[in-house]
Amino acid sequence: MRPITVTVNGQRHEVEVEPRDLLAYVLREKLGLTGTNIGCDTSSCGACTIHINGESVKSCTVLAVQADGQEVTTIEGLANGAELHPMQKAFTESHALQCGYCTPGMIMAAVSLLKDNPSPSEDEIRHGLEGNLCRCTGYQNIVKAVQAAASGS
Amino acid sequence: MIPSEFDYVLAESVEHAITELASDPEAKLLAGGHSLIPIMKTRMGRPTKLIDVGRLGLAGVSDGGDHLVVGALTRQCDLERDPLTTAHCPIMAHAAGTVGDRQVRHRGTIGGSCAHGDPASDQPTIMRLLDATFVAQGPGGTRQIAAADFFKGFFETDLHHDEILTAIHVPKTGAAGWSYKKFLQRQLDWATVGVAVVVNGSARIAMTNMATTPFRASAAEGAFTSGGAAAASAKADEGADPPSDTWATADFRRHLSRVLTARALEEAGAK
Amino acid sequence: MATTEVPQGAIGQRKIRKEDPELITGQGRFIDNIAVPGMLWISIVRSPFAHANIGGIDTAAAAGAPGVVAVYTAETLEFAGPLVMAWPINDQIKNPAHYPLTKDKARYVGDPVAVVVADSRVHAKDAAELVVVDWDPLPAVTDIKAALADGAPIIHEEFGTNDAGDWVFSRDSPVPAKNPAGPYFEDPDLVKIKEEYYLARLIPNAMEPRGVVVDLSPAMGEFTLYSSTQIPHILRTTLTITVGVPEAKLRVVAPDVGGGFGSKLEAYPEDAICLAVAKTLGRPVKWIEERSEGYLATLHGREMYQQIELAATKDGILKAVRVNLLASMGAYMRIITPGIPMLGAWLYCGAYDIEGYDFQYTNVFTNNTFTDAYRGAGRPEATYAIERAMDALARELKMDPIELRMKNFITNDKFPNYTIVSGLTVDSANYTGTTEKLITMLDYPAIRAKQAERRASGSTKVIGVGFSTWLEMCGIAPSRVLAALKYIAGGWDASTIEFLPTGTVRVVTGVSPHGQGNVTSMAQIVSDQLGVPFENVEVLHSDTQISPLGLDTYGSRGLSVGGVALYKAGEKIIAKAKTIAAHQLECSEDDLDFAAGDFTVKGTDKSVNIAAIGFAAWAAHDLPDGMEPGLTANHVYDPPNFSWPNGSHACVVEVDTETGKVDIIRYVAVDDCGVQINPNIVEGQLHGGITQGIAEALFEEAQYDEDGNLLTGNMVSYLVPGAPDVPSYELGHTVTPSPTNPLGVKGVGEAGTIASPPAVINAVVDALAHLGVKNIERPATPERVWRAIQEAKS
Repeated sequence: MRPITVTVNGQRHEVEVEPRDLLAYVLREKLGLTGTNIGCDTSSCGACTIHINGESVKSCTVLAVQADGQEVTTIEGLANGAELHPMQKAFTESHALQCGYCTPGMIMAAVSLLKDNPSPSEDEIRHGLEGNLCRCTGYQNIVKAVQAAASGS
Repeated sequence: MIPSEFDYVLAESVEHAITELASDPEAKLLAGGHSLIPIMKTRMGRPTKLIDVGRLGLAGVSDGGDHLVVGALTRQCDLERDPLTTAHCPIMAHAAGTVGDRQVRHRGTIGGSCAHGDPASDQPTIMRLLDATFVAQGPGGTRQIAAADFFKGFFETDLHHDEILTAIHVPKTGAAGWSYKKFLQRQLDWATVGVAVVVNGSARIAMTNMATTPFRASAAEGAFTSGGAAAASAKADEGADPPSDTWATADFRRHLSRVLTARALEEAGAK
Repeated sequence: MATTEVPQGAIGQRKIRKEDPELITGQGRFIDNIAVPGMLWISIVRSPFAHANIGGIDTAAAAGAPGVVAVYTAETLEFAGPLVMAWPINDQIKNPAHYPLTKDKARYVGDPVAVVVADSRVHAKDAAELVVVDWDPLPAVTDIKAALADGAPIIHEEFGTNDAGDWVFSRDSPVPAKNPAGPYFEDPDLVKIKEEYYLARLIPNAMEPRGVVVDLSPAMGEFTLYSSTQIPHILRTTLTITVGVPEAKLRVVAPDVGGGFGSKLEAYPEDAICLAVAKTLGRPVKWIEERSEGYLATLHGREMYQQIELAATKDGILKAVRVNLLASMGAYMRIITPGIPMLGAWLYCGAYDIEGYDFQYTNVFTNNTFTDAYRGAGRPEATYAIERAMDALARELKMDPIELRMKNFITNDKFPNYTIVSGLTVDSANYTGTTEKLITMLDYPAIRAKQAERRASGSTKVIGVGFSTWLEMCGIAPSRVLAALKYIAGGWDASTIEFLPTGTVRVVTGVSPHGQGNVTSMAQIVSDQLGVPFENVEVLHSDTQISPLGLDTYGSRGLSVGGVALYKAGEKIIAKAKTIAAHQLECSEDDLDFAAGDFTVKGTDKSVNIAAIGFAAWAAHDLPDGMEPGLTANHVYDPPNFSWPNGSHACVVEVDTETGKVDIIRYVAVDDCGVQINPNIVEGQLHGGITQGIAEALFEEAQYDEDGNLLTGNMVSYLVPGAPDVPSYELGHTVTPSPTNPLGVKGVGEAGTIASPPAVINAVVDALAHLGVKNIERPATPERVWRAIQEAKS
């Protein structure tokens, strides 16, 4: 076991981890942040997307030891208290989720996308979310939600 | 989804990493981890020790005169946007933007991708196309390896077990036309076939997923000189040894390589 | 049939979903988020061979590994019976006993052979690698036709064959066809075509992998089983039979479930294993499927060979349809495996008014993961065959495919309640209406003009347009019909409405939604019907202790069965509330109007709100003599007929003839699911369904090597499409209310998946028709398309 220090959603945590512990599991099982879902074992589906130092990453493909000293944001840290993040608001208002399993990762990926490209075209949104699979929505309302969040409506 | 057990060492210097590598024949270097960790999660790979070189500061692009010096740990997302790369080697920036997905590009590094030696990856093809030089440091010092010698086989490079890839010298392409045509079934996939070209009077042509290593299409390059794009396309797959897998048969890959070569040369001519 | 206005009130509004707040903030309660103190972890050892005898299993090393509490095999973990197979389709069926752990032989890659129980996820996984099985590999067979050939490896020796029995319409259908098809195919004046299609094996890929957590009270003999399932009620009953826990001592909970699509409509080995281990050890346990494990362990869908023949007059009047299928069971029959092809048995006639019909299918064992219900189950297969064949007939007759369809549709004047050629009665539909609207939205002539232009220019980017007009029987199902089909359970569902004293309304439904938005749509129904604020309605589900009566979610039944049960419970609430209101207002019930939650004495301003009646009924201080306290009502609804939605879809593709790559450039769909409770939810179901169908048509296929290894065994190699791989869809609708139920609703969950595969493949074939291409097997991958072009050329 090794001690690591990681700041998650603004809060500093010191945790003991095994080298083989994936960050996704440490967030879920050691820090109790179960909003980050795991949907595959091949780094394909993006359900586990979080931000490290403000950039979207798949937390199933990062060892917890690699996150030592880093700033992590998960879906639980996106809202400002009771006030939803504009992307969360856009997802519910656009009916961009059904079962909701891909949703945390999809929202985190979409927030990261808009940070780099604040007014993407439909094509840019679709390509920007290529690392996140959804089986329910057919993506159409997800695209709509990202457009709505981008335009601030 | 859970790797088998291993030791972890955070490298404090390149030399430290080399010493740690030398001490364990089953040790592996950990850079961005986006080639290595997926293999470990399915236990297809079971290194006994990971030496994390992620904090050695081996990232960034600098101007080396006729070439760019690309730190091995430069991330794909940084290459995509780097001003030196976009100005002097736009095909490398473009290829970086097609690797994996946005999340992968935020972690994956060019050195990690090249050292992994996957012939389906993009940057190895670009390095082979541009005749990049790999800089490796080992216990005995530093050596330079030409791309033609670096990629030795399927997931196999010329790097010795106790060597670290520290940088890549990537020749500038100047005003040459270029194109990287990647044939994908899903956007998320690895290239079924990729064809990269740089045209500046003569043509250089290299291909992704057309052999056990990044494939330099010398026959097509020769044909281009004598007969132009159509001739190059006709010889695109000469000397290639493409795989058959669930995406495509070898025959279809050969066919695609010819189509994509024609299209890439056309696009490069227009740039 | 007239198109009616959407009712006023909460029904028909685009309400924001009640389900969403927890799901967008990371507070969803999915199976892997559940932990119980003292819980042990289970890892399952599976066969690496598609077919192999088991010489012995050495568990000693695993048992001695760190953290390991127990290791079980079929010899040491006791079950009360095999897993339940609930659909013995007829006397011909060969149904092998399927135990959760296989004893002597493995029959597919992934067949469970041992169970490791340890104190952590990591220890269980590490120790599972130490179980040593003495494997004696046998030849394997994964192709359906090869499995029927002489000398094929026999998967269940007790049968001596891989033929698992056939189902023949003329012998087994409880309703007769109008006429047998045979004579039409002897008629020399009719044009006949015969088409053969292979439907690739599919892997459902709900985004949440499966999982099971079992908590228990050993002293009381009580168990709570949490499972990522669509069917908590059915699972409780089947687990009782398999594990021997008394049904009244077993509570099954489906927490938030991350998608199902049929893949969680199952009584899985792992459900039974976890319950049996918890029972044996007296400890809580947890198992979470890894995705690649799920590719082997979770049911597959669709795989079949289809042969369909049409007979028609020379001017395009369709007279008869004859169908023969060979369907893959995989290695075992799971809960409804052998009946899946039967769910299409009455629908291979499509939406067409014809005279002769024959259908039969043969079930076949192969060395693959078992198949079972996958979104649409039997109906996408039927729609695919008839809609591909209609295009083939149009080509044969040199007719436009839309003209041919319009000529043969069952016309609106036949409804309500028209008995189609296969003997079932369709309550209502609008085949011509959805098609006419589709053609308008599509601007069909402009697409044909563009197609001609591209062809004339010699472009390598050719255009094609494909259609699919569909009907389906869903809202499963009338219990008497299910009995006639030899399914062992019923098809009713239940709802309870309870007014709480503080004015909120608690609804309990027996369906088990997992993404369909029923919490929202049911709250809209209650709000609309009872005049209570939408915000004040709470809908509970998916826990057998809260909702003791129910038959869960599948077959587009949530609203058309569960929703109607709710509406009927609402009618009882209104009746009782009215009696109380009349008592309070000292008038006759006949003098009361009920609107927007208020009972008002006609012609006066005297009124009382239903929430106040709810309190009065709870307090019970002044109720009519003999009345039971409480404003609550329960209704169990057994639908008198299936639900019969329909629609017309068009797909426009651009095909790169050099690479074979297909791009969908437009997808237009006009569907009719009757009254829409929440159009957002209807559209969402269609978007997702169409996408899953496009995935079948262009991307997804389980591929095996000759030894029976799954080559597409993870999300890298099995091509679930992403956002850049599909377009946005243009949706239209008509509204033909179902006359069968008071809400006028029809199912919509499977519609998109039923409709889209033939539209896409018809479009690809249409794009290449001028080159002589007549068929492309699905998925129409670039290589398949390119090869079809090469073959047509040569």
